[in-house]
Amino acid sequence: MAQIFAYILHKDGVLDDTALELRAAGATLDPEAAVTAVVTGSAGDLEKVCKEAARSFDTVWKVENDALAYPNAEVIRPLMKRLLPKNSLVLLPHEHFGMDLAPGLSVALEAAYLPDSVAFEGMEGDVLKAVREEYSGMVRTHVRCNLSTGAVITLRPGAFAPDERKDKTGEIMDKTPEVFQEGLPEVPRRYLEMVEAEAGDVDITKSEVLVSVGRGIEEQDNLEMIQELAKAMGADVSCSRPIVDAKWMEKSRQVGTSGKTVKPKVYLALGISGSFQHLGGIKGSPFMVAVNKNPKAPIFQVADVGVVADILDFVPNLTEKIAESAK
Amino acid sequence: MEILVCVKRVPDTSENEITVNRDGTDIEREDLVYSVNEWDNYAVEEAIRLRDTGGGSVTVVSLGPEETEEVIRREMAMGADKGIHLMDPVFEGSDGRGVAAALKAEVEKGNYDLVLTGAQADDGAGQVGGMLAAMLQWPFAALVNHIEMSGDGILKIGREIAGGNQEFSEIRLPCVLSIQTGINEPRYVGIRGIRKVASLEIPVHGTAELGIPPEAVGEVGAKVKRIDYFVPQLGDGAEILEGSQEEIIDKLIELLKSKGGIK
Repeated sequence: MAQIFAYILHKDGVLDDTALELRAAGATLDPEAAVTAVVTGSAGDLEKVCKEAARSFDTVWKVENDALAYPNAEVIRPLMKRLLPKNSLVLLPHEHFGMDLAPGLSVALEAAYLPDSVAFEGMEGDVLKAVREEYSGMVRTHVRCNLSTGAVITLRPGAFAPDERKDKTGEIMDKTPEVFQEGLPEVPRRYLEMVEAEAGDVDITKSEVLVSVGRGIEEQDNLEMIQELAKAMGADVSCSRPIVDAKWMEKSRQVGTSGKTVKPKVYLALGISGSFQHLGGIKGSPFMVAVNKNPKAPIFQVADVGVVADILDFVPNLTEKIAESAK
Repeated sequence: MEILVCVKRVPDTSENEITVNRDGTDIEREDLVYSVNEWDNYAVEEAIRLRDTGGGSVTVVSLGPEETEEVIRREMAMGADKGIHLMDPVFEGSDGRGVAAALKAEVEKGNYDLVLTGAQADDGAGQVGGMLAAMLQWPFAALVNHIEMSGDGILKIGREIAGGNQEFSEIRLPCVLSIQTGINEPRYVGIRGIRKVASLEIPVHGTAELGIPPEAVGEVGAKVKRIDYFVPQLGDGAEILEGSQEEIIDKLIELLKSKGGIK
């Protein structure tokens, strides 16, 4: 099999959690393969990151330049094209950076693109059998991806169990001179700044009990019944993405990979289907209750207790009963 | 600015239960309600706003079977000036690259400054925009949730990154941007709006009109092929509470109390 590369994300001198997931995925592709970590960045933290990566990967390719201080996909893509040998297999996490870099990289490398894989189920010759999700996780599909002319493969964060062994002493090779032989590529997209999300009135990351509401609430006016239930329970209110997209609640209340990561003891999911982006924001294995009118909603697969009901009908009755029982 | 927005007709997941058909070759498509992919609708709204403030035109393009025309017409009713329908039997079975190859040919027939796509589709994985940009050798940005003009031939854009944070950059035109939901509030389209555009002509382009070889698209050109569909079993599954609503509520309150969910 062709050479396998893992593009390593890092921040403030620390490897991203996905780095060790890429190692695990690489070994699934080919247990015999020596996986090469590609680490780009600017002086300062880069050496530390490379040393850390060398404990988990057989080889580390380092590329250093001030222009790489912030990971800008439009800068990194042409450099990767210069760096990678023909027919390489490239692994990346399927998050905001991977989604930015990978599709175009596959075109530049004339390689196949296999996006957002959640599992690999083995090779048949040059063809990889992989699993993907569609329709917010309601169904999965098996796909065949031909790796013979190389492939760029993005992996859903959290889907592959990280290989946490620090059993390697990989060689760190400085690829900077080779990559910059032709100078810095022209950069059509210039990074300006990062703006942190505004803090809200309630910090849901500290809440012990969350009443979380999703698309099933249907209308903004119905949110009042959620507030009332939360009040009766002594809980805070959070929500899933569609509620924030509709501007019905503040971004600071959104649970999920593009919102907040919460660690409550009890999580009550109301009218939330349970996309992986939403579930990715719930940590610490809370006691999870889901109420949803669709018995096939993915949330019922991960919740501890489920109620198949329309929240618009169920919630007011639940609130009333809780208020009564408190008397 | 001359803006092209790429949209897709998809089963509406908020209106349908998605289930797998008996032999697992497809989802159950009978009685499905289709609509425009949610992300694409935000992209069309954004294009219309950019045109209304800065001038130019908005064209909506979609690749798909006969029925795709409904979706193009709906987006024209929103305010897009023109529609283009990419349809050819050989498109069937295309992977992301095949769709991007057809769109590339269409982009090159026009004189566009900006191409928008949705960041992803319910039945896809956010690949066509980035591939299209690379094929055109135009710059690209994914998950865009803010766009403003920033001088001649430059846009200032925001991208949604982890934790709800926003990354700002400047990008040169022409470029391709994939649009994240929440960037705006798409306007409502009424029956009257759709009637108004009912008689407008929507040109249909196939591989001949686009000037692309049939083997560049469709199942022949695809490196990634779907084999089957199945329903995942992720956890042990929830204990579903049964009984009358009153019984369910009593049981639920008892459980919540025992787990510290009611203070």
